[in-house]
Amino acid sequence: MNPRKYLTVYKKFLHTSLASELEYKTNILIDLITAILSLIGSIFLLSIFFQNSGIIGGWEFEEALIIQGIYTILNGITNTWFNPNLTEIVKHIREGTLDFVLLKPIDSQFFISFKKINPSGFLEVILGIFLLIFCIKINQIDLNLSFLILSLITIICSICILYSLWFFISTTTIWFVKTWNATEVLRSFLYIGRFPLNSFSFSLRIFFSVFIPIAFITTIPSEVFLGLSQSWKILLEVIVTLLFLITSRKFWLFALKFYTSASS
Amino acid sequence: MMFNLINRKIFTLLKVQYSNMLEYRVEIALWAISGIIPFFMLNIWTNNNLNESINISDVMLSRYFLCAFFVRQFSVVWVVFSFEEDSLMGKVSPYLIQPLNPFLRYFAQHLAEQITRFPFALIIAFFFFIFNPESIWIPKLGLLLLSIVSTFLSFLIQFLIQSIVACLCFWTEKASSIERLIFIPTLFLSGLLAPVVSFPEYVKSWIYLTPFPYLIDFPANLLSGNETNISGGLSMQIIWILLLFPVFRKIWSSGTKKYTAMGS
Repeated sequence: MNPRKYLTVYKKFLHTSLASELEYKTNILIDLITAILSLIGSIFLLSIFFQNSGIIGGWEFEEALIIQGIYTILNGITNTWFNPNLTEIVKHIREGTLDFVLLKPIDSQFFISFKKINPSGFLEVILGIFLLIFCIKINQIDLNLSFLILSLITIICSICILYSLWFFISTTTIWFVKTWNATEVLRSFLYIGRFPLNSFSFSLRIFFSVFIPIAFITTIPSEVFLGLSQSWKILLEVIVTLLFLITSRKFWLFALKFYTSASS
Repeated sequence: MMFNLINRKIFTLLKVQYSNMLEYRVEIALWAISGIIPFFMLNIWTNNNLNESINISDVMLSRYFLCAFFVRQFSVVWVVFSFEEDSLMGKVSPYLIQPLNPFLRYFAQHLAEQITRFPFALIIAFFFFIFNPESIWIPKLGLLLLSIVSTFLSFLIQFLIQSIVACLCFWTEKASSIERLIFIPTLFLSGLLAPVVSFPEYVKSWIYLTPFPYLIDFPANLLSGNETNISGGLSMQIIWILLLFPVFRKIWSSGTKKYTAMGS
């Protein structure tokens, strides 16, 4: 493990994938409009929920907007890093090009997870950050150092959990070959992250905290923003994150033993 | 004679595509699962008693969302993604030589996929009824037939819109980003996430002039037995098809003239 080597390689990845993505400049403009419309759409949906009821699942509209902001940031990160890379795994395995990745003198998980980048997701991240700043203003949250550190930690944990989930599903491709649709299933479940966990019924709440930890992904960081979160919840999130990261790594190494290449 | 020939063409196409789709049973099952977002939305609605304000009972709302799920299952269109891949890979060239519009082939693919999907949708509905036994109902035969017709019309509208977008591939190569842009208003305005009756007045005043409420809200209301304007809805669907079809014909004929056979 040589961090400097990985950094240089990553810089090269950035350069090549940005260069190829910028070929389609109008696409980036369209993606910007899509990101804005999608945010407007979710706020519109939220406003329908709130038009007749002041509080949903214990959250006011202004507070629920924080969840929306965090979701938008995470969705942007998914679109920038996870989605373009991990859909590529399917292609690698179907066409047998994973052989070339495994032969390279570099960690295969690193190569597969960071090879590509899709700049249009940046716009969503920026939109989400703006929404969060707006929320900090309307909810009159006072910024202090411990708040900043805690919210940063929880958001980084969310990103790691999200990454592990994506990577986990993509790894199953080694057995099932076409998991493109499985990532669609994950995507539709993640959609729930736009809403406070408490607005769902008890059984769904359990499902979304244990099986697919959407609770950890958006709700806990939002609670930290509002200063509602107890410290045990934050600690739990950190533990869950480590658990997810380690398991997904182990699972990848385990799955590789079953890789038999294609058409050869 | 002529009619017979066309009939045989369509029949053969369907048969071939159906056996093709049966190969991808697991993928289609996963795809069906990824459409369960309406059920999560239903959970938010009923768990927070949001439906009291729009005068729809819990039972009627759960039927509405189940029907919305069904209508969505049988009106999903992905032609733009297939066409984009085929046109980037140069596969469109051999199709163009054949005395058959390539879009008929995609059309048959969609129909075959819907037939394959049907049993999975039924299984999901079965589970839905286990959890919500009070919402079991048998739709009136007339309404059932009408809703099948209107679901098919909704599928046609979406197929035409996406085919028009797909034809833009002749000019821009990557048309799927435009499709993602159009998908956003479809998602939020079609009634998949919230019934159109619940929309605020400033949206309701113009939304019935757009094609969106006729994609999911109208057929789902019809099937679930909620109140809706049957003749108005059907005629709007037909008007939209009549408007979109000439546009497709026009863009297809000018697009094929521009075709440059990439990748071959």
